[in-house]
Amino acid sequence: MTTEMICAGFGGQGVLTIGKFIAQAAMQEGKNVSWLPSYGPEMRGGTANVSTVVSTEPIASPIVSFPDVLVALNQPSIDKFAHSIRPGGVLIYNTNMCPRGCQREDIIQIAVPMNEIASEIGSMIVLNMLATGIIIGKTNIIKYETLEGNLTSFLKEKNPDLLAKNLAAIQRGIEIGKQYA
Amino acid sequence: MSKILMKGNEAIAEAAIRSGCRLYFAYPITPQSELIEYMAKMMPKVNGTFIQAESEVAAINMVYGAAGSGKRVMTSSSSPGISLKMEGISYIAGAELPCVIVNVQRGGPGLGDIQPAQGDYFQATKGGGHGDYRLIVLAPSSVQEFADMASEAFDLADKYRNPVMILADGMLGQMMEPVEFKPAKTDAELQELANQHLSWCICPNADGDKKHHHEINSLELDPQVLEKHVLDLYKKYAEIEKNEARYETYNVSDDNEVLCVAWGTASRVVKSAINEVMKEGKSVGLIRPIRVWPYPYDAIKQAIGKNVKKVYVFELNSGQMVEDVKIAVEGKVPVDFWGKLGGVVFTPAEIKEKLETCF
Amino acid sequence: MEIIAKRPEALTKEPFHYCPGCMHGVAHRLIAEAIDENGLINEIAGVAPVGCGVFAYKYFNFDMAEAAHGRAPAVATGIKRARPDMHVFTYQGDGDLAAIGTAEIVHAANRGEKISVFFINNAIYGMTGGQMAPTTLPNMKTTTSPYGRNVEDIGYPIRVCELLSTLVAPYYIERVSLLTSADIIKAKKAVEKAIRYNKENRGFTFVEFISTCPTNWGYEPEKARQWAKENMLPFFKPGVFRDKGEGVE
Repeated sequence: MTTEMICAGFGGQGVLTIGKFIAQAAMQEGKNVSWLPSYGPEMRGGTANVSTVVSTEPIASPIVSFPDVLVALNQPSIDKFAHSIRPGGVLIYNTNMCPRGCQREDIIQIAVPMNEIASEIGSMIVLNMLATGIIIGKTNIIKYETLEGNLTSFLKEKNPDLLAKNLAAIQRGIEIGKQYA
Repeated sequence: MSKILMKGNEAIAEAAIRSGCRLYFAYPITPQSELIEYMAKMMPKVNGTFIQAESEVAAINMVYGAAGSGKRVMTSSSSPGISLKMEGISYIAGAELPCVIVNVQRGGPGLGDIQPAQGDYFQATKGGGHGDYRLIVLAPSSVQEFADMASEAFDLADKYRNPVMILADGMLGQMMEPVEFKPAKTDAELQELANQHLSWCICPNADGDKKHHHEINSLELDPQVLEKHVLDLYKKYAEIEKNEARYETYNVSDDNEVLCVAWGTASRVVKSAINEVMKEGKSVGLIRPIRVWPYPYDAIKQAIGKNVKKVYVFELNSGQMVEDVKIAVEGKVPVDFWGKLGGVVFTPAEIKEKLETCF
Repeated sequence: MEIIAKRPEALTKEPFHYCPGCMHGVAHRLIAEAIDENGLINEIAGVAPVGCGVFAYKYFNFDMAEAAHGRAPAVATGIKRARPDMHVFTYQGDGDLAAIGTAEIVHAANRGEKISVFFINNAIYGMTGGQMAPTTLPNMKTTTSPYGRNVEDIGYPIRVCELLSTLVAPYYIERVSLLTSADIIKAKKAVEKAIRYNKENRGFTFVEFISTCPTNWGYEPEKARQWAKENMLPFFKPGVFRDKGEGVE
């Protein structure tokens, strides 16, 4: 069983982190993982993306041609990658930043006003964790508990308030994702 | 020891420190900067030396000095910076000094771009610097292998008193995969490493021997003497060729109708494509040189099964390894090549399409 | 019987290959004497340049590395960092140090590497046959400035001591001359000081020697000395530019 995923958005939206937290947790759950970011000038404010592969088999290519899941936090990400999603695959996108959306009908589209929800939770910083929650809710690619443990050990001392908001965002995302599962 | 999710650039740095590297000199360049940053952070914690040199040229000459002092030393860069180091690499090979050089390749020629490429194959395996010399060249294809090659590279360098290059690329440097490290060298092992070269290296004359005079040198103006030195180097290289070729086979069998040859990260894309075409009942094998010098000519020759109609080489360059593959194949079957250039990385789908044309 | 002069232990028995009237041999001897006097022979290493001093690795009787052209300060950095218990110096000419190796000398000095640098300035490339050096004087004829150094075209000679003195880190910088016996006695003191500071790991020490190249200048040794006195010393003035040990900043 292999899941290939691309997360894309503006630099600073935390797309690389989405892939990293999923790869990290999947590794701890005994899966093979790879995380391949775009790098270079595009990191500095342009569109950033990361290919993440999670598999029960050894991973051959870390390059994702046809993702099972695309997370698009802005419109250019849909324009660039949505055509390559495998038929029957999933597009998770941020309606607040993707005014034109996506016209494909052979994929599952999860359209979420992520900016609004993140603001409700109390910080735009948690937008990427909201997206991560949606991925988990839809695909069960990792367990919530593993991610919670990692975030807790990372943030509990440094910033307990941000930890609480992040966990709230993930839980909210999981609820949304489950509606499409 | 449990697995850690780490970038290739960081994993090779950590593995080098664990292998006893306590001296590192380099100059920043994308896409290897995480490596120099990791060294800057970690070397002081192990009482090691980190210097951000004024140039790649200076960095490799610092390596020459430290290697001449018999200590485990490493430098790293990416393609344009490796070109700058070539002067020093030739001197290091000529003076027979052990050291490790990491090349996280990017697209070229010239300033090129910063995306993954394999365009430095000729430079690494056929020369690059001036004169008759050889580098041992290791070509990792995963973060784990990249890390494992650190101790392998230092051991080979010490064993043969020869510079060893780890020829990676931007993809391997930038990607994260789980990696499991070998235990770090103990103090006793470090002491042993420090003493292994005392018969020839720059070191204190501990017992006050009046004849103690070690020269670290690649100059010899008498052509007869220089010729003998180079012949001795080539005796060593012949020994290395005999003992040190390494390769991996993937799905190689007598059923193969196509045998692929690919190295480094490119080989992983080829593996994915092979997995796909196998589902269609087509038999394709892959042979991956794990070291690109010495080159596994015999292994490739032997991997050509009786049904193989074609040997297909895939690289992220203009076909620099094809010459070596042709030497190995000895004209038995046609050798074809397809690649991407300038930092463009081929996809499994593209390779699959190429493979399907063979049936 | 009292020995009043002998070959320094820090020199091998290899005869020097230098031309008649050349001052490399004098500079080698001064360095070797200072090493003997400081009892450093078993814990010092030198780095030889490319240029006339290229065979210095054969002449000094301790561990030596031969560097690529201009890279001696980088090589010395590598040795000193790998073996901090040892003392390291470089020996370089003007083409090596002030042209092709400008970056290496400036940055080794700027890092305050705990090494000594001995710099022979005779305003010309000797080994390759008398080409223009970065320290060739204005209007001076060489094989690559056959009409005299044209400063409008190629710029003025570089004063290395002055240049390095703009840096904060260097511990000791002095320019001396090897043109007369009295000068050589003064030069000896500078070399001894550099080696002593090196022994004490005080920091980067630098001694420039104004010297001659009779062969490539095309003068008899005595005339070369006279010419250097009249032309080089006014442009490259001897003196202490930095001596943190004596409060000269």
